Amino acid sequence: MIMKKLLFFAAFLLAASVTYAGGYRVSAQGQRALAMGHTGVAVVNSAELAFFNPAGLVYLENKLNISAGVTGVMSNVKWQNVESGQFAETDNPIGTPFYFYASYKVTDFLTVGLSAYSPYGSTVEYPTDWAGSHLVNNIDLQAIYIQPLVSLRLSEYFSIGGGPIYVTGGVNFNRNVNRTLTDEQGDRSNVEIDASNVTNWGWSASWMFTPTENFRIGFNYRSEVILEAENGDATFSNVPNSPLSPVQNGTVNFDASLPMPAEMTVGLSYSFLDKWLFAFDYNRAYWSVYNDLMIDFAPEGVPDSSNPRNYKNASTYRFGLQYEALDQLTLRAGYYLDESPVQSGYFAPETPRNDSHGFTGGFSYQLSKRFALDASVTYLRFNEVDASYDFYTENGQSVPFEGTYKSNAFLAGLGVTFNL
Amino acid sequence: MRNYIKYAAVLALGLVACEPEFDESVEDDKVYDQGSADFSNYVAVGNSLTAGYADNALYVSGQKNSYPNILAQQFERVGGGDFTQPLMNDNLGGLLLQGDQIAGNRLTLSVVNGAPAPTPISGTPTTEISNTLTGSFNNMGVPGAKSYHLMAPGYGNVAGVPTGQSNPYFVRFRSSADATVLGDAVAQNPTFFSLWIGNNDVLGYASSGGVGVSQQGNLDPATYGSNDITDTNVFASVYSQEVDALLASASAGVVLNIPNVTSTPYFNTVPVNAIPLDADTTAFLNSQFAAYNTQVLPGLVQFGILSPEEAAMREVVFQQGQNYVTLVDEELTDISQILQAPPFSLDAQTAMMLGQIRQANDSDLIPLPSSSFLGTLVNDDPNLVNGVSVPLGDEHVLTASEQEEVATATAAFNQIIESIAADKGLAFVDANAILDRVATSGISFDGGSITGEFATGGAFSLDGIHLTPRGYAFIANEIIKSINTTYNATIPSVNIGDYSGDPSLGD
Repeated sequence: MIMKKLLFFAAFLLAASVTYAGGYRVSAQGQRALAMGHTGVAVVNSAELAFFNPAGLVYLENKLNISAGVTGVMSNVKWQNVESGQFAETDNPIGTPFYFYASYKVTDFLTVGLSAYSPYGSTVEYPTDWAGSHLVNNIDLQAIYIQPLVSLRLSEYFSIGGGPIYVTGGVNFNRNVNRTLTDEQGDRSNVEIDASNVTNWGWSASWMFTPTENFRIGFNYRSEVILEAENGDATFSNVPNSPLSPVQNGTVNFDASLPMPAEMTVGLSYSFLDKWLFAFDYNRAYWSVYNDLMIDFAPEGVPDSSNPRNYKNASTYRFGLQYEALDQLTLRAGYYLDESPVQSGYFAPETPRNDSHGFTGGFSYQLSKRFALDASVTYLRFNEVDASYDFYTENGQSVPFEGTYKSNAFLAGLGVTFNL
Repeated sequence: MRNYIKYAAVLALGLVACEPEFDESVEDDKVYDQGSADFSNYVAVGNSLTAGYADNALYVSGQKNSYPNILAQQFERVGGGDFTQPLMNDNLGGLLLQGDQIAGNRLTLSVVNGAPAPTPISGTPTTEISNTLTGSFNNMGVPGAKSYHLMAPGYGNVAGVPTGQSNPYFVRFRSSADATVLGDAVAQNPTFFSLWIGNNDVLGYASSGGVGVSQQGNLDPATYGSNDITDTNVFASVYSQEVDALLASASAGVVLNIPNVTSTPYFNTVPVNAIPLDADTTAFLNSQFAAYNTQVLPGLVQFGILSPEEAAMREVVFQQGQNYVTLVDEELTDISQILQAPPFSLDAQTAMMLGQIRQANDSDLIPLPSSSFLGTLVNDDPNLVNGVSVPLGDEHVLTASEQEEVATATAAFNQIIESIAADKGLAFVDANAILDRVATSGISFDGGSITGEFATGGAFSLDGIHLTPRGYAFIANEIIKSINTTYNATIPSVNIGDYSGDPSLGD
C-alpha cells in the first residue's frame, strides 16, 4: 500500500514536467479514443487500452478483446512568400496509420496482450523543385511498434501494465542538393536518402487508479526509441559530370538517426448521468531529443549534412465526451490542443507543424453481441503562421527559408471491436 | 454495414475537397496591384540579353532564366498572361544551317590540364535554324541585333545568313522571310513591352577590339559593317520609331539603357601585363629591340617624323617578371615604309613588325578571348611570341582612344533612351549604373554578394559579357522596381539567390 501511494505521488510529480505531440507524431491509435479527442489513458472501453494504458486491460470484462482499425490521414500544406509571390502546395498521399490490439484475461488479476500500431509517420510531398526544394522535395517516414503486454491488478483500485516494444521503421527523404546546382540539361541536382527495416527496442509502463466506480485516473509512459540507420543508401542524381561538382552522381552509404520521442500521458475519466463519460488526457512528448537530423555520408569527400531541428518538449490537452445514445449506438466527440515542438527559426517544411486544434467525432455501433463497428472523423486545424527555417547555409552564410504556412488535416477512420 | 461505409466514403471525399486557404493568397489578385499598367500581354524586344543568351550561346535553360521570362512569372501575380519563348532545341546551344554548324556550343567550366577553364560543351547541336517555328513569341530577343536591325526587312531570311545579311536566331522564329523583328512584336498587340536595344551598336566595335569604325555622320545603316558604331541620329530615329510602334497597342512599357561594356569582365579579366619573362629571355628580347630603341626612334625624332612623346611611347623594353604586351596601335604614325628606306634599311618583315608597335599601358584593355592567344607562338617559332616579339593585332586590344569612342557613343545613346522614356512616360532602368554598381561595389543577396569578377562573381556568365541567371534575375528585379514606381504597381520581386550565379559545369 505504501508502494502504491509512492507510485501515485511520483506519477503526479512527473506529470508536472511531462510532454507529447506535434512533429511527425500521428495520433490515430484507436477509433473510440480518437472520436473522443484521442483521450483514453483513464477510459476502460476496449482493447484500445493496449496503447492508451495497458494497466487498464485487466479491467476489461471479456476473456478476449480485439480492436483493430485503420485511419486515412489526408493532410494539406500550403506555403507562400508574399515578398516574392512564390507559392506551393503539397500533394500528399493518404497516410494510413493502423492498429491491432488483443488482450486475453488469464486470471482475475492478470491479463496479457499484444499490440501493433504506427504512432509515428509522415508523408509530405511538395512539387519537385519548388522554392524550398533545397530543404525537402518529399519525405516518407514510417515506424511500426509491436509490443507484448502484461496487465496486473494489484488491488481493487490499482493496476499496472506495460511491456517491451519492438520498433521497425524506415525513411525515404528527397531534396535538391542546393538552391541552384543543375546538370548539363538544366535539371536540378538531387539527393535521395533511403533507409528501411531499421529496428530498435523500447518499452512502456502504466498504471490505473480507480478510487470510485465512476472515476478513474491513468498514467502511461512510452520510452523514446532512436532509429539508427546504418549504411542506408544516399543517391545523388542530376549532378553535372565534372570533377568541379561538389558531389558525384551515384549511390553512397550514410548513417543517420531519427528519434521517436518518449511520451507521457496522465488523465482521468468520469462517468455521469448513467450514459455519459467525460475524459481528459494530458500528453507530453519529449521532442527535445530531436536536435539535429545529421546525415553522415560514408565517403570522406561528401560533406556531411547537418540539419538542426532543436525541437522542444511539447504538450497536448485532450478532452472527450461519450454518450450511449441507444443500446447499440454510442456517440463520441472531442477536442484537443496540440502544441508544436518546433521552435521559432526552425520551421522546416518537411514537418510544417505549428500549434493545432483537433475536432473529433465518431460512434460505435454494436453489430452483434460480439462485433462492434467503430468510426471516427477528425479535423485538424492549424493557424496560419509566418515562419522560417534559418539553418540552411550557403558558403557559410545562413539563408533563411521564409514564408507563410497554412495546413490542415482530415482523418477518417474505421475499426472493429471484437469481444469473446 | 454497407450504408456506414458509404457514409464514411462520402464524408471522406467532402473533407478532401476542403483545402486550407490563406487569409490573403498570393494566387488571388488581392495581394498585388498592377497599378496603371496592363500586363496581360507582355512582349519583350531586344537582343541577346533579352533572349537569355549566356555562356556564349543561346540554350534552353538559359532562355528559361531570361529576364523577360522571370518578369512574366512575376507579372502572373498581377494579371499577366502566358509568355512564350522561341526555345532552342537543346542545352548545347550551337546552331545548324542545313546541317552545318554555324554557331558554337555554350561554354562550361571544365578541367583542362588540371585547371578550370571555359570550354565549349561537347556534342552536336540539334537546333536547325531553317526549321522555322510556328506561332508568335512574347520574347522577341534576337542575339546580335542592333537598334536598326529591329526594323530591317529580311533580317530573318535564311538566304541572308551565309552573307551576314540576316540573323540566324531570327530566322528560327520570324513570321515570314521579309518580316521585321519590330513588326512581329507589334503584330502581337502587346499591352506592355520591354525594350533593351543598342548594346550591339557599340559592343561589336568594343568586343572586336575596335576593329570597326564609328559611322557617325553616315545616316545609312545598310552600309555599316558589323563592328561599326552606329550614328547617333540613326539611333535616335530608329529608337523613337520602335517605341512609338510598340506604344500603338501598349499602354505601358519599360526601357533599359546600355551598360558601358568596358565595365564587364570581358574587358577586365585579362591583365595588360600578362607576359611573365625570366632573366635570360628578358635580356635576349631587349637585345633584339636595342637598336630600335636607341637608334631608330631617336633618328625618327631627329627627322621630325615622330614627336619625342610618341617616340617615348613606342619604346619596347622588357624586364624580368610581368611585362606589358606589345601591340599594333593604329593611332601611331606608320613607320613601316620609312624603316625600309635608308638610313634604316630594315628588311620588310622587321619594318612591318615595327610599323605601329608599342607596349600596352594601364589604360589599354584586352578582350577575354585574347587570353588564349597571348603567349602563343607563330609557326612554332620560339622567337615569334604573340604579344611579345610579335605585337598583338588591333582586335586584341581596346586602346584608350577606342574606349573613348565607345564611351562617347554609349553616353549619347543613353541620353536618347532616357529622354524618350521621359517623354513617353515609360519606366526607365539605368542598366549602365546598375551594372557599374555590380562591378565596383557588388550587390548583396541572401546567399552572399554578386560582383563583376569573371566566372566567380555571380553576375556574368562564362563569356564575360552576358549575364548568369542570377544576373538576369537581378536585372528583372530592377525592372520591377522601376515599373512599380512609374505605374504605381506592387509586383513582387524575385529572390535572386534562387537563381544560379555559379558557372555552369561540364565534363
